[in-house]
Amino acid sequence: MSDTTAYQGVTATPYEPGFGDYVQLLKPRVMSLVVFTALVGLLVAPVHLHPVEAFAAILFIALGAGASGALNMWWDADIDAVMKRTARRPVPAGKVAGGEALGLGMALSGISIVMLWLATNWVAAALLAFTIFFYAVVYSMWLKRSTPQNIVIGGAAGAFPPMIGWVCATGSVSVEAFLMFALIFMWTPPHFWALALFMKEDYHTAGVPMLTVTHGRKATRAHILVYTLLLVPVALGAAVTSIGGPFTLAVAVVLNAWFVIGAFRIWRRDEAVAEADKYAVEKAFFRFSLLYLFLHFAAFLVELALKSAGLGGW
Amino acid sequence: MTFRPEHELHKRRFGRNMGLGLTLVAFVVLVFALTVVKVQRGEPLQGFDHTYEPALLPKEETQP
Repeated sequence: MSDTTAYQGVTATPYEPGFGDYVQLLKPRVMSLVVFTALVGLLVAPVHLHPVEAFAAILFIALGAGASGALNMWWDADIDAVMKRTARRPVPAGKVAGGEALGLGMALSGISIVMLWLATNWVAAALLAFTIFFYAVVYSMWLKRSTPQNIVIGGAAGAFPPMIGWVCATGSVSVEAFLMFALIFMWTPPHFWALALFMKEDYHTAGVPMLTVTHGRKATRAHILVYTLLLVPVALGAAVTSIGGPFTLAVAVVLNAWFVIGAFRIWRRDEAVAEADKYAVEKAFFRFSLLYLFLHFAAFLVELALKSAGLGGW
Repeated sequence: MTFRPEHELHKRRFGRNMGLGLTLVAFVVLVFALTVVKVQRGEPLQGFDHTYEPALLPKEETQP
């Protein structure tokens, strides 16, 4: 075969994924949230790790999250293909084969769990293994397609990282770690239901039984309000533990007041009004929910800095 | 002799190989750094070196 024919053969070759396509399988945006919350959980813990151990711990927690993302993309390729928001993901876009996503997810799961164990302790590694299992199997394979409570229960998977970060440092779970978990767990439903309110057609087309599809938008608005109210004691409770202080409590009061007002406004609206302003309130609530979680965890870090300066803490 | 410009596919393969190579190097460096930290933090190591070492014996054997 001449060099020319070899070249022509290459031209006819189907798409080969690049390194970036594999990175996309790991859901880098979700990973950034995992890195941040796990880092906060690790830093506010009363035991301090060596910087190299801390770096390794965060890296392997993030890798575990990425692995579960790849497994989710493998399993949900059919759903992703029909939803506008996810149609450009590597598997439905035809850039990476489903089997490759499965292989990458399984391999990275094993690597991240074993390495987290070696870098920190077995409890943290076991929690990471459970998180991956929960997201890939319990949420993606079971809950997502079968119940409108998919977001509520499945939210646990995204809530584990700060608890794992804490356990990496201390070796055990405490009330602070549990409240950081609960903060994300209770925050997830209103966050995703607000998204579902203005992305309803996507979920409907894909046949995902989101609350908006199964119970309608009016019920979804009521659920957002109820879960936002349930979130308040969790957020305030975290602020009065050893990781909180007056500053954290003040931030929690302001953020939760604003969040409840937003949820109340969503609850009072009907579809005609929402359609008229193109879901402006729902979109604003969704955007604020991202800020809400970021600022809550940032407040824990600020409180830690204040404490080390002799100013913060209870 | 002239070469054809590099095909886009080759560029992508090169990027993939380079990315994987750098990832593996970073992984080796991290494991090495972790090993150094763990070993430095551990208790001082002392093993049998063919001489009598009372410090290595259990306490009850060293007491009269």
